[in-house]
Amino acid sequence: MSLEKQDVEKIAHLARLAIDESAIPGYAEDLSGILDLVDQMSAVDTDGIEPLAHPHDANQRLREDVVTEENQRELLQSNAPQTDAGLFLVPKVIE
Amino acid sequence: MKEKTLAELSALIAQKEISSVELTQYYLDRIERLDGGLNSFISVTQEVALKQAAAADQKIAAGTAGPLTGLPMAHKDIFCTQGVRTSCGSKMLDNFIAPYNATVVEQVSNAGMVMLGKTNMDEFAMGSSNETSYYGAVSNPWDTDYVPGGSSGGSAAAVAARLTPIATGTDTGGSIRQPAALCGITGLKPTYGRVSRWGMIAFASSLDQGGPMAQSAEDAALLLNEMAGFDPKDSTSIERDVPDYSANLNDSLKGVKIGIPREYFSEGLEGGVENVVQDAITEYRKMGAEVIDIDLPNTNLAVPTYYVVAPAECSSNLSRYDGVRYGHRCDDPKDLEDLYKRSRGEGFGDEVKRRIMIGAYTLSAGYYDAYYLKAQRLRRLISEDFSNAFSKVDVIMGPVTPNTAFRKGEKADDPVSMYLSDIYTIAVNLAGLPGMSIPAGFSDNMPVGLQLIGNHFDESKLLNLAHQYQSVTDWHRQAPAGIE
Repeated sequence: MSLEKQDVEKIAHLARLAIDESAIPGYAEDLSGILDLVDQMSAVDTDGIEPLAHPHDANQRLREDVVTEENQRELLQSNAPQTDAGLFLVPKVIE
Repeated sequence: MKEKTLAELSALIAQKEISSVELTQYYLDRIERLDGGLNSFISVTQEVALKQAAAADQKIAAGTAGPLTGLPMAHKDIFCTQGVRTSCGSKMLDNFIAPYNATVVEQVSNAGMVMLGKTNMDEFAMGSSNETSYYGAVSNPWDTDYVPGGSSGGSAAAVAARLTPIATGTDTGGSIRQPAALCGITGLKPTYGRVSRWGMIAFASSLDQGGPMAQSAEDAALLLNEMAGFDPKDSTSIERDVPDYSANLNDSLKGVKIGIPREYFSEGLEGGVENVVQDAITEYRKMGAEVIDIDLPNTNLAVPTYYVVAPAECSSNLSRYDGVRYGHRCDDPKDLEDLYKRSRGEGFGDEVKRRIMIGAYTLSAGYYDAYYLKAQRLRRLISEDFSNAFSKVDVIMGPVTPNTAFRKGEKADDPVSMYLSDIYTIAVNLAGLPGMSIPAGFSDNMPVGLQLIGNHFDESKLLNLAHQYQSVTDWHRQAPAGIE
């Protein structure tokens, strides 16, 4: 598996990562190497084998649908880069 | 004092030979004096520590202390600690002050333990050398030109240098066992779901598990007694009683069946490491265990499978770092997409970006079946290898790593070669099993670990086998020279 420059740009966009133009060839090489490693999987026939999503083959436990959290807005927003009147601020989204 | 295990320090405190404040100050002084050369701590929490120690001394005086009250420890900087920076080794969280305690932190604190600080780690626990940390590489205390392993490299180095009697770590593909092996300490990755992951910053949620990193199996049992247990706040936590992990340490090994996987002794295993591991197996024979050759035929698929599952889950988990609610935010974003992309581009290091991108690629439209679903099918085959083996043997034993610690920089530019250093540890996470690394000797003056793998929830058995070995050997009592 060999990734080209435009593949890396597309993946970086999907992952919302800004990558320096100059770093793209390095990423293309590294990611291609990792995908080569991963491609060893295709040597094995897995037809009819059920996927294992959870190590104990279990489903996640569900809790009662009741409120468990108390309001800690001020505390939780103390880590936010920019807030105003209890709201998180982002650049203008709607013109 | 520094050569004392947690169990021995516990006895000194109980006999009032030393106070918690004195003991805490002793370790804070060691960190201050010696960590400059190791970089095993990201944050030293002196004020918190001395306050907790004073409170512990009051409990001890009042006669309400437990076995771990007043004993110092350190947390890997992946566990949220209220009011204290929790960086996960990343620039992304360099400014993040955790608003709450992880369940593990709460449990250890309720047991009266004293937090000395937060240990260094590979960024977001992604790495096997501790070189991907935003806060710089950690040195191996046995030779500072060498890596301590990773991702819990700071915890391993700090325990090996006796800058703390014990520490927490986390293990997604070997991140407790591999650094424990490379630094010559005892590390235990419990069964998936045994220790709460609430407040433990997520990397790959179907693999991550926290555990103790200690000087001995006896110490690991003491800390696991506090760490393990059901937590309603972690939806993958298992509702199952917690045994007393110290209770079976002295059980006889007569008739215990130890399986030796042929695949763990094939090409790629360094001769010096193999010799040490074989000697350890001989020691177990002498203690009455029965040694049986077994096969884990899908061993060679574990690394490829892992490097689909773990990056896919990491790309999903790390999507939360968006520069909006917490964490790093770029300057002057021109629109929302620019805010996301530059905040993440600036906040994450290279290895984290590589793994996010692999995950984004393998999960993208048209590739899901060929990668993620395929990997989950292989994951079942790998898991079935172990269940077949455990129908014949009680415990599996082998090397932790193919080599001893490597030099700093040696593998930093070659991700695939770095990934292959986890070849013996990764399958255990895919199968959700408990695994341990214990010191078993040296090759070219660097520590070698012996790996013990148990069936689900067989932590007591692993600790029993480890403790029995440590009762007849002294590898775990050896500490690096020059760190006095």
